Amino acid sequence: MKGGIAEFFNMGGYALYVWGSFGVTALLMIVEPLLVHQRRKAMVQRIRRMVRLKSENQT
Amino acid sequence: MSSRLINWFKFSSPATFYPLAGKIARVSAVIAVLLLAIGLYMSFFVAPTDYKQGEGYRIIFIHVPAAWMSMFIYLVMAFWAGMGLVFNTRLSAMMAQALAPTGAIMTFIALWTGAFWGKPMWGAWWVWDARLTSELILFFLYIGFIALQGAISDARRADRAGAILLLVGVVNIPIIYYSVKWWNTLHQGASVSLKSGSSMSAIMLETMLIMTFAFWAYSIAVALYRVRSIILEREKDARWVSELPEIRS
Repeated sequence: MKGGIAEFFNMGGYALYVWGSFGVTALLMIVEPLLVHQRRKAMVQRIRRMVRLKSENQT
Repeated sequence: MSSRLINWFKFSSPATFYPLAGKIARVSAVIAVLLLAIGLYMSFFVAPTDYKQGEGYRIIFIHVPAAWMSMFIYLVMAFWAGMGLVFNTRLSAMMAQALAPTGAIMTFIALWTGAFWGKPMWGAWWVWDARLTSELILFFLYIGFIALQGAISDARRADRAGAILLLVGVVNIPIIYYSVKWWNTLHQGASVSLKSGSSMSAIMLETMLIMTFAFWAYSIAVALYRVRSIILEREKDARWVSELPEIRS
């Protein structure tokens, strides 16, 4: 790596465009699975409460 | 005739599909992470500098896979929409609903990276070019589908309405694909196609294909992971849901 890290991040002068593209893409592809995971956890908790309520009413 | 006919509808019931989707999603997620790591390494350290665009061209390694995914995901959604209308299977509509956000994100990535690539190379963030405009329409179709699904309270009616919107919008996909040839405005023609192979250097093409498979695995993993929570939402009163290990524990 002759120029080292700085030269790498410079991307031949296209730093803004390359890292603007890869950065937003990485952000989206990390946030989306987190949101899906959160949605699932909320749903599981909600059903768990429903099932518990139903069984309490029956006893 | 073998007595054991293929039961095409074995996995069309949410209860049997739910565990299968989980398994496929996990495997697909691992593949996605691996391929993304390899693909990203190749995108920056293996693929050579472009003689004309220098390092700027490296945006191709996410722009093209995302654009391909945005079109392909829409076609898969339209397929599920058609299946849902014909066979009246609830799971088909759930699959279409699960794919929509990922498709919208892929379209946004394609538009965003396209703009960030266009600015240095064409000198403009946005041009009302045939390819860019039809891709923007595709983005509105995704957002419209998500909004339509959210606007109708009754799930079954929302499915049908969404399916019709998807099928009507499917005409936009060939328009996007052939826009560069028909109107030949600014966006360049296909440098990779099934019939005429590729005019890219081998190593650049390999890098892009690895990133494409990574995007495929990512989309499959996220969509199947999301369809599981859609199934839970819709089947929350069903007995099999109350007996799920994650519910009972």
